[in-house]
Amino acid sequence: MTQFIVAGYPAYAYTGGRSFDPALPAIFFIHGAAFDHTVWQWQSRYFAHHGYSVLAVDLPGHGRSPGVLRTSIEAMADWVAAFIEAAGLPAAAVAGHSMGSLVALETARRHPDCVSRLALVGTAMPMAVGAGFMAAARDNAPEGFDMEAVWGHSRGAVLAASPVPGTYLLGSSRHLNERSRPGVLHADLAACDAYRVPAEALKALAVPTLVIAGRQDQMTPFKAGRDAAAAIPGARLVTLDAGHSMMSEAPRAVLAALRDFLPPK
Amino acid sequence: MAHLGPRTPHPDTLAVHAGQSPDPATGARAVPVYQTASFVFPDTDTAAALFNMETPGHVYSRLSNPTVAVLEERLAALEGGVGAIATASGQAALHLAIVTLMGQGGHIVASASLYGGSHNLLAYTLPRFGIHTTFVPARDIAAWRSAIRAETRLLFGESVGNPSVDVLDIPAIASVAEENRIPFLVDGTVTTPILGKPLAQGAHLVMHSATKFLSGHGVVIAGALVDGGRFDWAASGKFPTLTEPYEGFHGMIFAEESTTGAFLLRARREGLRDFGACMAPMTAFQVLQGVETLPLRMARHIGSTHVVADFLAAHAAVERVYHPHLPSHPDHALAQRLYPRGCSAILAFELKGGRAAGQRFIEALTLFSHLANIGDAKSLVIHPASTTHFRMDDAALAAAGISPGTVRLSIGLEHPDDLLEDLGRALRASQK
Repeated sequence: MTQFIVAGYPAYAYTGGRSFDPALPAIFFIHGAAFDHTVWQWQSRYFAHHGYSVLAVDLPGHGRSPGVLRTSIEAMADWVAAFIEAAGLPAAAVAGHSMGSLVALETARRHPDCVSRLALVGTAMPMAVGAGFMAAARDNAPEGFDMEAVWGHSRGAVLAASPVPGTYLLGSSRHLNERSRPGVLHADLAACDAYRVPAEALKALAVPTLVIAGRQDQMTPFKAGRDAAAAIPGARLVTLDAGHSMMSEAPRAVLAALRDFLPPK
Repeated sequence: MAHLGPRTPHPDTLAVHAGQSPDPATGARAVPVYQTASFVFPDTDTAAALFNMETPGHVYSRLSNPTVAVLEERLAALEGGVGAIATASGQAALHLAIVTLMGQGGHIVASASLYGGSHNLLAYTLPRFGIHTTFVPARDIAAWRSAIRAETRLLFGESVGNPSVDVLDIPAIASVAEENRIPFLVDGTVTTPILGKPLAQGAHLVMHSATKFLSGHGVVIAGALVDGGRFDWAASGKFPTLTEPYEGFHGMIFAEESTTGAFLLRARREGLRDFGACMAPMTAFQVLQGVETLPLRMARHIGSTHVVADFLAAHAAVERVYHPHLPSHPDHALAQRLYPRGCSAILAFELKGGRAAGQRFIEALTLFSHLANIGDAKSLVIHPASTTHFRMDDAALAAAGISPGTVRLSIGLEHPDDLLEDLGRALRASQK
């Protein structure tokens, strides 16, 4: 396991089961609120074994990364840029899910030289968070994790067969959230809720962009993803028949969309 | 402040639907039996990706199978876990849990009140492979704590033991497990997720003999192992099988690969692959048929058991009845706290007249079948001292709460009046 130091603290990245090699084209994966790198389990392992260097990170204060919790999307974006630099990469393709999609976008805005391609999965701008969800998260109430698990999947997923044999997707997702430190879910949701990006800033984005939107998404509705794609010049929209947690609900389709989008290695 | 969470399906709904979508190939509504050993790879890249866990899917039915996966996901949903592995038997589930967590030199602390087969595995067979168990009285929480050694890797007990129907204080033992950063495995066979969820009560892992109430009809041998996804393997520092590279799978570090699913990944990628005690698709189908009616059946099993317990407790030929439904049982209060809907369709009692009366009783029964099983649709009877627990001497029997005259009943789905008629007649015959 390669050890990274970012902004003075150890920072964890899963490298897909291969040693990190900065000479290869790099993909940087960013998880959503109160999650960790394992939401990108399938995609990161695949790319790491197909000629890419993968950094699926745990944001500071999440999973295996200690360090100070970043409470704004902008601060998270600065950390991502610092990570890319610390890893010795000139730039990376940056893919983010949910909150991570905002972090990826903001990294491309603030540090355009760091981001060679941008993939936004399950995104919305703005990403408003309902008062009930926010209150449950503030109180570290189990209902907050229920909301993230249930709304974080398609309506049918609570009963459907999982693409990952023997894994109950809602249970996995909920227990992963529940392992986050107290206060992390609330801080992350508050960061999402507060983040705003002006339309002109989206228009000014010069980076090749992919938006993956789920028709069954209950957290960031399909329309929000479609609007985001329309607002970014030249952005490609890929529509999946899946809910918000599309990396596990539709792992092969997400992989195919990313594979088509990334430059040939 | 109270929060209103999203509505999630009730256990009754999960029991019928969880883990299954109408078959994408044919539209079949019932779970199809995918009676196949292998699965065709669409292309060479996908084949390699499947083998290397870069993409999820089925390769070979020893590792996973679509019919078996429906059962696994349904049980995980019912138990509130992250996933499950279905096994060839309950014994295979227990073995898989143990060998995933430890090797030679490992140590287990287990309740002394265990199913005879589990006791055999822990007391006689595993020591041959360097894994040793200390048995403690289930109710003595201090004994659980003091039996833990540096090499202890698992605490194990049955939610409800038999035949004396003792109730495991899961929350109390779970605290001991948390203090020592050791996982706690509960055999939930007797209670099923319908009566109580060990994971919600603090256990980390749950296993079942699905032969019993889950399948419910006495037609299959089957088991399952469910992971709650809550145990922090990395923080514990005691589980190199999950936190250090595994030579047997390209140096994979399971706890990095999946934060919540590390245990099941290793169990599937090593234990199921190499020991091979997988479940057959037809078996999974039959267990699923049972699980669909589990909530209905458990209500009936429990209702009739309480009727029988009251009847026996008032009968002149009966010395003593063991069931937590009765205020005389030492676990009455605990059972009411952990299992408000009832905890066991198994009960035991002692006849007046000892061993000979017991034999006359069993032979006079007509509805109850004399056999070694529990959790059938049909009512069952057995004399533990001469069958399931025959290897134990009187002292060991006493430790497990059994006397030479103890008779164990598993109450089925017949009309309770007919059960009482059969029992009443046999009780009279026993005293002649």
